[in-house]
Amino acid sequence: MNRIRTTIAAAALAGLVLAGAGCAPPAAEPSADAAAAATATSAEALGGMDALVAAAKAEGRLNVIALPPDWANYGEIIKAFGTKYGIEVNSAQPDAASQEEINAATQLKGTDRAPDVFDLGQSVALANTAMFAPYQVATFDSIPTAFKDPSGTWVNDYGGFMSIGYDSAKVPAITSVEDLLKPELKGKVALNGDPTQAGAAFSGVVMASVANGGSADDIKPGVEFFSRLSDAGNFLPVDPTAATIESGQTPVVIDWDYTNAAVTSKLSSWKVVVPENAQVGGYYYQAVSKDAPHPAAARLWQEFLYSDEGQNLYLGGGARPVRADAMQEAGTLDADAYAKLPEVSGDPVLLTAEQNTAAAAVLSEEWAKVTG
Amino acid sequence: MAAPATRTPRSRSRAARLLPVLGVVPFLAYLAVFLVVPTLTVVVGAFVEDGRPSLAVVRDLADPAVLGSLANSLVLSALTAVIGGVVGALLAYAVVTGPADGALRRLVTSVCGVLAQFGGVTLAFAFIATLGISGVVSVWLDATFGTGLTSSTWLFSLRGLVLVYAYFQIPLMVIVFLPALDGVRVQWREAAENLGASTWQYWRLVGLPLLAPAFLGSLLLLFANAFAAYATAAALVSQGNPIIPLWIRSALTSEVVLGHANFAYALALEMVLVVALVMTGYSLLVRRTARWLG
Repeated sequence: MNRIRTTIAAAALAGLVLAGAGCAPPAAEPSADAAAAATATSAEALGGMDALVAAAKAEGRLNVIALPPDWANYGEIIKAFGTKYGIEVNSAQPDAASQEEINAATQLKGTDRAPDVFDLGQSVALANTAMFAPYQVATFDSIPTAFKDPSGTWVNDYGGFMSIGYDSAKVPAITSVEDLLKPELKGKVALNGDPTQAGAAFSGVVMASVANGGSADDIKPGVEFFSRLSDAGNFLPVDPTAATIESGQTPVVIDWDYTNAAVTSKLSSWKVVVPENAQVGGYYYQAVSKDAPHPAAARLWQEFLYSDEGQNLYLGGGARPVRADAMQEAGTLDADAYAKLPEVSGDPVLLTAEQNTAAAAVLSEEWAKVTG
Repeated sequence: MAAPATRTPRSRSRAARLLPVLGVVPFLAYLAVFLVVPTLTVVVGAFVEDGRPSLAVVRDLADPAVLGSLANSLVLSALTAVIGGVVGALLAYAVVTGPADGALRRLVTSVCGVLAQFGGVTLAFAFIATLGISGVVSVWLDATFGTGLTSSTWLFSLRGLVLVYAYFQIPLMVIVFLPALDGVRVQWREAAENLGASTWQYWRLVGLPLLAPAFLGSLLLLFANAFAAYATAAALVSQGNPIIPLWIRSALTSEVVLGHANFAYALALEMVLVVALVMTGYSLLVRRTARWLG
């Protein structure tokens, strides 16, 4: 759920790298088909969808990384893809952070264990576009222009809004960011990760900022809010996971609405709110690795994610699929699941790449003061 | 120049001299792969930015937040070394005064052997389950004495780290300090008593001066042990970087503040320097004790 469980991931990665350097078999000699797949920018370029499926089946495997099963329904998505195409999906380091995906790709480059595809936070994605292979899925045209690179180097896959999840059996109802300062919440408010490290936590600070008179260009009020939260003794420095929530260790969690919503199925008293005066959205970035050991399977994965089926699967996990509007028009959207998404009115705040970089710089200077 | 008859024994002796050297080769290779190469990587990496030699990364170490973490790291290591050292030494002394193959000694040494290695994520989770926000003991203390532990975040701060680190520091002290205590001969005490020394005089003039270098050496070892511990802290503290190893984590994995990988090298170099200083002190002290407690 949290994408920055680095303790184990880092150790595992170090082990992998040490082991990999010596004894990993090199990637299989690329056949003519695979070579074609590695540079194909669309299914058509390979001779159509059937040819892509055949090439992917021939590869038989797909390496994905940093996809937690309870994050945006990735558990189901991986299973559905594997069953549909008979491809074995090798999901490495489900709890890794975006930067670790890139590190793994660099360190495992040339082996058959390197990640084939990436699912990244904004900053990491935009800083590493040189590692992506441009690819346009069949449904490329129905993805809003703002959410894709024109050549398909990266495409937003799903997004959501910053939300506050809370256990209504343990704490009083929460409707706004300001409510988090209530004395009843002493030692109870957790943020999903360290905002200088994890994208979700970072957006949590942006949310607090917007709620306190800040904006996408000015996140200082957000940092100040967390200082106040910390001074009040309400800020709990624990990384929330499904386990900490269920065991009652983290009764209030600031996180994406889809990860918070995923808890509801396990804990019926769990409520999720997107604060009305602080709607901060964010989309993840999907890309194919330029050095994918299974280039056809990687491209087929993209096709699957952006198909109606794949997009509805994201929706099933409470995430907002990027093609939602087009699918709603075409009547292919899972209306029931869509109706469950939190209502969002007005203009939600979405950070541009520049605002993101500027905010990150402020945060790296200021956040240490919050945690003391 | 030499006759054939003398050549054979000489070459045999050369081979005999070479053999032990060959035996060391695996060890040297091990050192090279696991010590020399990583250290060189760290040193080189700390002085590179964007592929060019630069001092900028090392200069970032002067950031107040980083300096604060270094101070915390030093305080945490020193404090837990002293706590572990004093408590561990007393425990070791209690063991030594008993019979050499007694049940107490066997029990304490084997328990310490296990606990000294019981660090990392397992230990952190054990503490969270016991003294954390919904920990068994916290809930009980709250219900019985109203301590407010269940809404307190102390375990995830520096204070919590001190407690958790002490948990593996004390048994480690027992293990490293026992041999020194064993080296103290009963005869020395008898000699002192024969000369009319009181217990206090024996300890002040003979026992403590003899054990002091070994004690300080053990303290330094504990210090280095705590200074380099990572997994325990990483599992406990997920907000902020109160100690240097956690800064390294965030420099390597941050998905918000990018391009900090070289800063991790600089931080590692800083740690290497501190530990090198500590270990130099350690080896100097050990050399002094070895003269007495052979």
